[in-house]
Amino acid sequence: MSKQKKYTREQRGTVGRIESDNPRMTCRNVNVYYGDKHAIIDVSIDVGRNEVIAMIGPSGCGKSTFLRCLNRMNDTIPTCRVTGDIFLDDTDIYEKNIDVVPLRAQVGMVFQKPNPFPKSIYDNIAYGPRIHGLVGNRQEEDEIVETSLKKAGLWKEVQDRLNQPGTSLSGGQQQRLCIARTIAVSPEVILMDEPCSALDPIATAKIEELIDELREHYTIAIVTHSMQQAARVSQRTAYFHLGDLIEVGETKKIFTNPQHTLTEDYITGRFG
Amino acid sequence: MNNTEPEQTDAAQPESPRTIDIVNKGLAKRYGREKRFKMYGFFAVAISLSFLALLFLTIFSNGYSAFYQTYVKLEVFFDPADIDVDDPANSNFPGLVKKTLRSEFPDVKKRKEKKKLYSLVSSGAAFQLQRMIEQQPELVGSTMTIEVPADDDVDMFMKGNISRDVPENERRISDRQLDWIDKWLKEGRIAKRFNTTFFTSGDSREPELAGILGALTGSIFTLALTLLLSFPVGVAAAMYLEEFAPRNRWIDLVEVNINNLAAVPSIVFGLLGLAVFINFFHLPRSAPLVGGLVLTLMTLPVIIIASRASLQSVPPSIREAALGVGASKVQTVLHHVLPLALPGMLTGTIIGIARALGETAPLLMIGMVAFIVDIPKGFTDPATALPVQIFLWADSPERGFVERTSAAIIVLLVLLVVINSLAVILRNRFERRW
Ligand SMILES: Nc1ncnc2c1ncn2[C@@H]1O[C@H](COP(=O)(O)OP(=O)(O)OP(=O)(O)O)[C@@H](O)[C@H]1O
Ligand SMILES: [Mg+2]
Repeated sequence: MSKQKKYTREQRGTVGRIESDNPRMTCRNVNVYYGDKHAIIDVSIDVGRNEVIAMIGPSGCGKSTFLRCLNRMNDTIPTCRVTGDIFLDDTDIYEKNIDVVPLRAQVGMVFQKPNPFPKSIYDNIAYGPRIHGLVGNRQEEDEIVETSLKKAGLWKEVQDRLNQPGTSLSGGQQQRLCIARTIAVSPEVILMDEPCSALDPIATAKIEELIDELREHYTIAIVTHSMQQAARVSQRTAYFHLGDLIEVGETKKIFTNPQHTLTEDYITGRFG
Repeated sequence: MNNTEPEQTDAAQPESPRTIDIVNKGLAKRYGREKRFKMYGFFAVAISLSFLALLFLTIFSNGYSAFYQTYVKLEVFFDPADIDVDDPANSNFPGLVKKTLRSEFPDVKKRKEKKKLYSLVSSGAAFQLQRMIEQQPELVGSTMTIEVPADDDVDMFMKGNISRDVPENERRISDRQLDWIDKWLKEGRIAKRFNTTFFTSGDSREPELAGILGALTGSIFTLALTLLLSFPVGVAAAMYLEEFAPRNRWIDLVEVNINNLAAVPSIVFGLLGLAVFINFFHLPRSAPLVGGLVLTLMTLPVIIIASRASLQSVPPSIREAALGVGASKVQTVLHHVLPLALPGMLTGTIIGIARALGETAPLLMIGMVAFIVDIPKGFTDPATALPVQIFLWADSPERGFVERTSAAIIVLLVLLVVINSLAVILRNRFERRW
C-alpha cells in the first residue's frame, strides 16, 4: 500500500462503500443535534440483513447517539433533534405517523449502562413478551425466560434466584440480564451499545457466541471499544470521529488496510 | 498503588512533599470542621425537639384534666306523678332533678338558695334521666342511685381550679354551695370519672356536656372527601404535566400558576369556596361537602408539586429500559415510573392532608364555624371541624372550656401523629427499593 492512496486527517467525507447488497436499515444524511451541539454530521450508512456491523471510534464521537437514532431512542431526550432519513426495510422510521412501539419491538436495544427494572429477574425478562402478547400462559413465559437467560449465559447463575431483584446482580450480570431482556422479545434488529464493557472474558466470549448465533436470523449493530471484538464478531465496521463517519468497509479490510489516516491512527493505537 | 513506588519518586525529587504528608497536615482541620458541623446539626435538632417537648408539655398539662369529669350520686325517685311514660320528652325531668336535690337538703327554703342548689348539677342531668326512662319505662315508680354530671363550676372546684381561700364574692362557688359539696364529699357521693361525654357528644353551651365527636366527625367527613378528590386528581395532573404534556408556553403557564396556587393563603380559598360552591352552585352552607371541596382546592397544588418532584426523581434509565423493549408511554409510566414515584406521592399527599386537617381559616368562610350540637351523619349535614372547634372553645370564657380547648388540641395532635405514622408505614411498604 502506498502512502498517496491514503486520505489525510483533514478530509471528513466518508471513505469506503456505505451501501450494503442486502440492506435492512438505510440511513441517509443523518444529522443529530443536542441543542446547539452538532453530534452527528451528515452520516449515511447501510446496515445489511443478517450482518453484524461494528461501530468504533474514540469516546464522545457519537457512536451511542447514532445507534440510538436507529430505534428512535433519542426521542426521549427533549433537546435532541434528528434530521435525515432512516429506513427500516421500506418504512421511513422518522416519518410523522410512525408508531414507535412496534418499531422498538422490532429494533431492540441493549444500553451502554445496564438498566434492569427494579423488579425480579423473572419479571425483567418476561416484561417485554408480556406487553407484546408473545406469551399466552405461565408455561410459555417460563420457557422464554429460561431460553433468553441461557442465551445470555446467565441461566446457571440465577436459575434458583429468579424472584430476586434484578438490581441485586453484579454489574456484569445486570448487563447480561439486559441482553436477555432484549432478545426475549425476539427483535429483528438488535442494537448493542458496548454490551461487553463490564464483562469478564468468559462472559464476553459467551456474548460473542450469541451474537454469531443471532446473526443467522437477526441484524445486529454493535458499538464497541475493543478492536479485537469488532474484528471477531463483525462483518462490516464503521469508524466514527467527532460526529463524522470517517470510514466504512468490510471488517477485514478496515483492520488490515484502512484507507483513512484517522482510521489507521485509531486502529494502531495512535489515537484514543 | 503499592508502597515502594511513591518512595522511589520521593527519592528522585526530595524537594516535592509527599501527598500523604500534605493530607496528614490538613487532617486535623478537616476533622475539626466535621465535628463542628455535627455539633451545629445536633444543636438544631436539640432546640427543635425541646420546643416540641415544651409544646406537648404545656398542652398536656392544661388539657389532661378535661379527660376527667366530676359526677354526683343522686337518690332519684322516678315519681309517676311527674313522668308521662308515653311521652317522656314532654315530662318535667328538670323538675324531677330539682325535687331530688330539694329532698337531699330539706332545710333549703329561700328561692335564691334553691337556685344555687340546683346549679350544683349539670343541666345534662335532666336529659340523662329522660334517656333512662325512654329506654327503660319500667323504672317509673322506683328509686335509684344515679350518677349525674356535676356543674362545671363544681368540676373546676374538684380539679383544684377554684380555691376556698379566695373571698366569697370573687369565687364562682358560694360558701353555702361549698357546705353542700362538703357534705356530699363526706358521704363519698362525689367522684371523678373518665369523661366519656367528651368523646361521645357534640358541642354544647355547658362545658361539662361539650364533646368533640361532632367536630371530629366533621373533620373526618371533610378530610375523606379531600383525600378522595385531591389524591387521584393531583397524581393524574402531575403525571400528565411531567410525562405527557407537550413542552410549550401554555404548559409553562399552567406550571407557574400551580406553584402560585400553592402559596395562596388558605383564607382566599375559603372566599373562593363561598363565592363558587355556596353562592353560585348553592351547595349547603356549613357542610363537609363544601369544606372538602375547598380543602381539595387548597391541597391540590401541594400534591401536584410533590408528585411531580417524585416523578422527576425516577431515574431516566428506567424509562429508557421500558421504552427500549417497546413499552408504550402509558405502559412505561404505569408499570415502571409510577410504582417508583408512589412513595413520594403518598408522602406529599399525607403532608397536604395533615395541613388540611389543621386548617381553620377557609372553613370559617364557608360557615363551618356555626354552633352545631348534632353529630353530622353525612356530607351535607351542618358540621364543624376540629381546629374550628378549638377556635370556638378557645374563645369561651368558662374555665371548663379552657381545659377542653387543650384536650381538643391533644386529640388533634394525636390524629396528626397517627396520619404521619400512616405515611411512614405506607411509604416503607411501597418503597421496596430493589
Ligand atoms: N443528552 C445529551 N445532551 C447533550 N449532549 C449529549 C448528550 N448525549 C451525548 N451528548 C454529546 O454528544 C456527543 C456524542 O456522545 P455519544 O454518547 O454518542 O458518544 P459515544 O461515541 O457513545 O462515546 P462513548 O464511547 O464514551 O460512549 C458527545 O460529545 C456528548 O457530549
Ligand atoms: Mg456511548
